[in-house]
Amino acid sequence: MAVPVGNALFGDNYLSHAKGWKSWLFTLDHKRIGVMYLVSILASFLLGGVFALLIRMELWTPQRTIMDANTYNQMFTLHGAAMIFLFIIPGIPAALGNFVLPLMLGAKDVAFPRLNLLSYYLWVAGAVLALVSIVTGAVDTGWTFYTPYSTTTNTSVISMTLGAFILGFSSIFTGLNFIVSIHKLRPPTMTWFKMPLFLWGLYGTAIIQILATPVLGITLLLLIAERALGVGIFDPALGGDPVLFQHFFWFYSHPAVYIMILPAMGVISELVSTFSHRHIFGYRFIAMSSIAIAVISFLVWGHHMFVSGQSNLASLIFSILTFLVAIPSAVKVFNWVATMYKGEVELATPMLYALSFLFLFGIGGLTGLFLGALATDVHLTDTYFVVAHFHYTMFGGTAIAFFGGLFYWWPKITGRMYREAWAKLGAFLIFIGFNTTFLAQFIMGAQGMPRRYYNYLPEFAPYHKVSTIGAFILAIGFVIAAGVLLHSLFAGEPAPANPWGAATLEWQTTSPPPHDNFETQPIPGDPYDVDRWVFDREAGGYVLAPSGAAGGRV
Amino acid sequence: MQPVAEFEEVKVHGAESHVAHHFPDAKAQVEAGKLGMWIFLATEILLFGGLFCAYAVYRANHPEIFVYAHHFLNKILGGINTVVLIFSSFTMAWAVRAAQLSQQKKLVRLLAATIFCGFVFLGIKYVEYEHKWKEGLLWGKRYKPAHAEVSKPKDVPPPKPLISVNPEERSTLPPPAVPPQGLSWEVRAASQETVVPQNVQLFFSVYFVMTGLHGLHVVAGMVVLFWILLRARRGEFSSAYFTPVDLAGLYWHLVDLIWIYLFPLLYLIH
Repeated sequence: MAVPVGNALFGDNYLSHAKGWKSWLFTLDHKRIGVMYLVSILASFLLGGVFALLIRMELWTPQRTIMDANTYNQMFTLHGAAMIFLFIIPGIPAALGNFVLPLMLGAKDVAFPRLNLLSYYLWVAGAVLALVSIVTGAVDTGWTFYTPYSTTTNTSVISMTLGAFILGFSSIFTGLNFIVSIHKLRPPTMTWFKMPLFLWGLYGTAIIQILATPVLGITLLLLIAERALGVGIFDPALGGDPVLFQHFFWFYSHPAVYIMILPAMGVISELVSTFSHRHIFGYRFIAMSSIAIAVISFLVWGHHMFVSGQSNLASLIFSILTFLVAIPSAVKVFNWVATMYKGEVELATPMLYALSFLFLFGIGGLTGLFLGALATDVHLTDTYFVVAHFHYTMFGGTAIAFFGGLFYWWPKITGRMYREAWAKLGAFLIFIGFNTTFLAQFIMGAQGMPRRYYNYLPEFAPYHKVSTIGAFILAIGFVIAAGVLLHSLFAGEPAPANPWGAATLEWQTTSPPPHDNFETQPIPGDPYDVDRWVFDREAGGYVLAPSGAAGGRV
Repeated sequence: MQPVAEFEEVKVHGAESHVAHHFPDAKAQVEAGKLGMWIFLATEILLFGGLFCAYAVYRANHPEIFVYAHHFLNKILGGINTVVLIFSSFTMAWAVRAAQLSQQKKLVRLLAATIFCGFVFLGIKYVEYEHKWKEGLLWGKRYKPAHAEVSKPKDVPPPKPLISVNPEERSTLPPPAVPPQGLSWEVRAASQETVVPQNVQLFFSVYFVMTGLHGLHVVAGMVVLFWILLRARRGEFSSAYFTPVDLAGLYWHLVDLIWIYLFPLLYLIH
């Protein structure tokens, strides 16, 4: 089988296939839709990041620093809503997944290309509505929109929740598309257990997206009906129950945490195997643990409500079920570590992100046990400990994996290599900045600093100052990472087809891929059989070893 | 599912214009479409699932509200609507069969019949809603029952027995002392002492949200069917290609099915 080794940047590829803005806005090509998602999602990340910096600056002193209390409430709401609904949830599946999934299957596109484009425009519509809400009075409820506050505040909750509702549909359609693609476009020779683990992660994610998101949809519709018409289903004055809102909300929003982390775990599986130059360890365990996490994720929402007045028995059961999630998560982490053991670990930029992930997600996961245990949770509820915990899992887990994946697939997406040294510096600063920001928050949270407070006791000031300094180190790291990527677009070396020596199918086409993804239909084999790929100095990347010859790096 | 032979026949005739380039063959495309539709239907069920869950919680906590308030719903109109929707599912299923057999005219007529049933359903629903509107039997904040307006509940310290409420002129309802309709003697006797439960508006909130969302789905289904009808008139469907008719039919059956649950849950409470 002939495997292309070269770069198609100057020949026919999906970027040069058609010209003009219309060829982008009306494209049905999953690669272009993925790129459009990528740009939009990174813009949202920038927006959410600016909100975060403003929050941290305000918290520099215990009193008013740069903004008044109402603006502060709007800032943390917008930070949460933008980061969760616009960045983390769609981040890996819609941007990276859209680009990579059909390539990994050796297919020409996702099952429903028009639906794919529709889901992108739904994302845009939802994002626009969220932005409209900022202009028309912002939202100050926190991203959770808890009733009765969200039904009584005079900020523009309807616009924001309608935006989130539409974003939910975008997410559902992406999940639907992925499930059908994996079922129906998989080549006959690629059995379920020959799929790359990233696809297992996306599959588990898609299951949660289609089963949990509609419940958020109806919850937000009821909230809108409550505000606009006074339906009263969550209003105790009219016989309703505000705790029901919390149940509904977390029935979606806890599984949503796994919508965020499962694809991230898929990315990490690819990175760890590729850059250890070793077959992934415990393939089936990693694959099945994705499904196990997806299933258990539906049964643990009550751990957000230990102090919301649910029955003690319910709290007890939810607590036990919460501990169960630790098992498949740990299975994955141990398998990644075992993959690296005796491997040839190459500390390229994506691998630095993957190692950061292991470290940060480890802390995030273990601190989750404190919050899942009833007795400690009562003390830690609504403190900075919770804030630090979920930033370690969502940012330290998902966002870090997203950027690892971005650096990993960047040569495939753009056809350009980036400057390794600067990219590594960026990854390093992000790691340092992140830990500086959030380790301090664990400590002050455990000492009783409540979350979402505008003013605080002066005793907490040193921790807040450390945290704010960390946030700026983090920002510098991201500026460098962004600079590296932008620089590569204009001055990067042309990328070879397979710069890392990975064995999944997307590396068996040119960088960037042609419009139809593959010149010749690739033959799927073991996706982690990395030994068959050897470094070729002339091609500047990895090529398939002649059969019989010993593989490995030169 | 159609036999494979039909798809192979398509290939022979080379009429695969509707097969997108990323599918290996027509069969794969049909199967993908069906799987996609079933997954979408699952999301619809979960969307309504939230409402069914709210219904279950409130009915379990306040059965008296549901038992009292459901008498204000018109069982006969609801029953007719159930029959209308079931009949429309029958015409829809028949339409799919007509498409499979390339019976062009029959397909168009059956689709038109299905859409007509949709209009009948919405018309009856309008009559029901209008009645509730006149009586002030609305959701949450808007709940101002006309028949109870005379006895301002706030002025009367203990909850007043139904029997003492004066029939009010605006209302066309029978006086509440005679329970709205269709009660057995035992219940009727018991209700003589029954007081009006608190928070009756909760039932109407649930009623309007559930039937309203269902109504929107009926409208959406009719729009889809109308589009299919236009395509059918252009002769796009035949035994070689009828997937859109099939998928629209699946959606219509789901809309029907949800009503079949709503009707007993809201109208036929004991």
